[in-house]
Amino acid sequence: MNLLITGGRVIDPSQGLDGIVDLLIVDGKVSALGEGLTAPAGSRVIDAQGLIVTPGLIDMHVHLRDPGLEYKEDIISGTRAAAAGGFTSLCCMPNTKPVIDNKTVASYVVNKARAAGFANVFPAGSITQGSKGESLSEMGELKEAGCVAVTDDGRPVVSGELMRRALEYARGMGLVVISHAEDPSLAADGVMNDGYVATELGLKGIPWVAEDSATARDVYLSELTGSALHVAHVSTKGSVRIIRNAKARGVRVTCETAPHYFILTDEAVRGYNTNAKMNPPLRSEEDRQAIRQGLADGTIDAIATDHAPHHKDEKDLEFNLAMNGILGLESSLPLSLRLVADGVLTLPELVEKMSCAPARILGLSRGSLEPGSVADITVIDPELEWTMEAEKLASKSKNSPFIGWELKGKAAYTILAGKIVTARG
Amino acid sequence: MGDAGVFNHKHIIALRDLSADDIRLLLTTAENLKEINSRDIKKVPTLRGKTIINLFYEASTRTRTSFEIAAKRLSADTVNISPSTSSSTKGETLSDTALNLLAMKPDIIVMRHNVSGAHYFLAKRLSCSIINAGDGAHEHPSQGLLDMLTMKERFGRLDGLKVAIVGDITHSRVARSNIQGLTKMGSQIFVAGPPTMMPPGVERLGNVTVCNDMREAVDGADVVMMLRIQLERQGKTLLPTMKEYSRYYGLNRETLKLARPDAMVMHPGPINRGVELSSEVADCDQSHILNQVENGVAVRMAMLYHVCGGGAVEAG
Repeated sequence: MNLLITGGRVIDPSQGLDGIVDLLIVDGKVSALGEGLTAPAGSRVIDAQGLIVTPGLIDMHVHLRDPGLEYKEDIISGTRAAAAGGFTSLCCMPNTKPVIDNKTVASYVVNKARAAGFANVFPAGSITQGSKGESLSEMGELKEAGCVAVTDDGRPVVSGELMRRALEYARGMGLVVISHAEDPSLAADGVMNDGYVATELGLKGIPWVAEDSATARDVYLSELTGSALHVAHVSTKGSVRIIRNAKARGVRVTCETAPHYFILTDEAVRGYNTNAKMNPPLRSEEDRQAIRQGLADGTIDAIATDHAPHHKDEKDLEFNLAMNGILGLESSLPLSLRLVADGVLTLPELVEKMSCAPARILGLSRGSLEPGSVADITVIDPELEWTMEAEKLASKSKNSPFIGWELKGKAAYTILAGKIVTARG
Repeated sequence: MGDAGVFNHKHIIALRDLSADDIRLLLTTAENLKEINSRDIKKVPTLRGKTIINLFYEASTRTRTSFEIAAKRLSADTVNISPSTSSSTKGETLSDTALNLLAMKPDIIVMRHNVSGAHYFLAKRLSCSIINAGDGAHEHPSQGLLDMLTMKERFGRLDGLKVAIVGDITHSRVARSNIQGLTKMGSQIFVAGPPTMMPPGVERLGNVTVCNDMREAVDGADVVMMLRIQLERQGKTLLPTMKEYSRYYGLNRETLKLARPDAMVMHPGPINRGVELSSEVADCDQSHILNQVENGVAVRMAMLYHVCGGGAVEAG
């Protein structure tokens, strides 16, 4: 079926477009952009007046928990949550059971997502076999099976030598290495950000230097090897500064942050709130402002969510025992739109960070509405006010600190290869 | 909170949650109940028919015994439980254990737990009262209260006292409860210890001054409170040797001379003789360590009494 989206504000930074135009989709591809387009007979027409039309949003950092941990989330529930949140493509992390360290597991993920049809899933394979930090994964075969990056996310690569070789080897296969930048000896058994709140609550802190020192090491390794490095979930002032300086001298480094790092601080942990527990931890107000500055000046390329579903039994516990991580897919868009309301980003800059940049970093043929592109499209109602309710989440898990929040902005239509996956009720 | 003489808290989890009036009331009640402990027949019927469970996830001799004696002197029935202390999620969860105990209708659960905040977690789920007998590195309110009672007995006031607290502040729930309580009562607190054991922002916890040298903290102090150094907590990275710790952060005769001549020496126990306290200081006239233990029973009686809804107690 063909689709005509009329009267919307089309924002596509990939072609410098921001204006009220119609968009015609034929056979799953963008066919034309322009004023007063007419639909071929039998086309469906979406009246997008007052709405924003963008290349499909891409979340380059999610945990789908499938295979092996389906009690938390699976590829079907996770991609439905993605569609509900306005995302058409995901890059899922390899810390499943078994780890995505071989083509069989990678193919399973790709095929299951394709059959479900709610969102594109591009897996990240592991850097090391079993993410054990010992020997390199078969990156060539991972790439052939559909992996778009390698990472041992959740477990830093402790050995500097191994990380150096991983960067070199991945370059040969045309894969970007995603760094979970953390020095585990400095993070030790900390459970929240190191600082006054931790002192008051009597909880063990994780200092910022646990992230900064690892970011610095990996940035220097990228400089040494000339290989592409992407730093995941940047949360500290120091990491932003290190990456800003590296970019200025031409190092091939990109990075992402997540909405919770520019919305919340470690104050959210008060009351021993396990839905404010994640790794890296929520940081200080100074860090939060630095993340916003990094987004504004372009140091931070992308907004990802680190969507990390956990079962109630893994979160409804004493603080030290609760698992790290929170949901992200269904709250990211309205939380990120706050950056526009706060004057940190323009709307085109936001679209760049939520679609174009992730596509570019991962080498996906997505993130653009140029004629001929796959018609992955998000139509956003920027004014819609809604309350995030646990029962209405598509995700299997409910571990979000934003439940009960009044939010503004939501995907009105999520369109995958010309097919409407979710539409506002 | 509210009228003096009315205690409006169902739980006592942290002195941070109590007002100066609450603390004053608990201390006054403890002073008045203390007399029971020196009677020939050390028992009053005040909490007859109440059931109290002492649920201790960490080893404790002093605190558990003190709570048990306090409950028995008030005629409550007590049960002691010490689940295996594996802090993993293996086995029964804290929540399940507590719900099972709750099904047996206790009036109060007195709990010690190794995880900071565990009591708030339980308070949200249980309908009985919760008293914190120590949670992780967060608070130990009965210790804070008994320390304040001991100081108040000695000086007749807490307002304006200069209190030095020396040792591992980072891992000390005793320090946090004392800082919270003493600040509310108008004392000045000076903390000292190796910087490896000084948590960030500690001065914001209350009326706290951080001293780099132990001697600055002790100088002119009315109270010198020494914290227990626990090898199992401090591990190998926070201090080189016990010998060196003792030399720079232990209290000996010489250092004690810097304090006021009538200064009290306190310690939450159990003491490491020759480490944080020299034996001669531990056993000297200025040491109030055993008064602290004695007052522990009275303070815990007051806590049990007030969470059960008891009003002000007249002097006996």
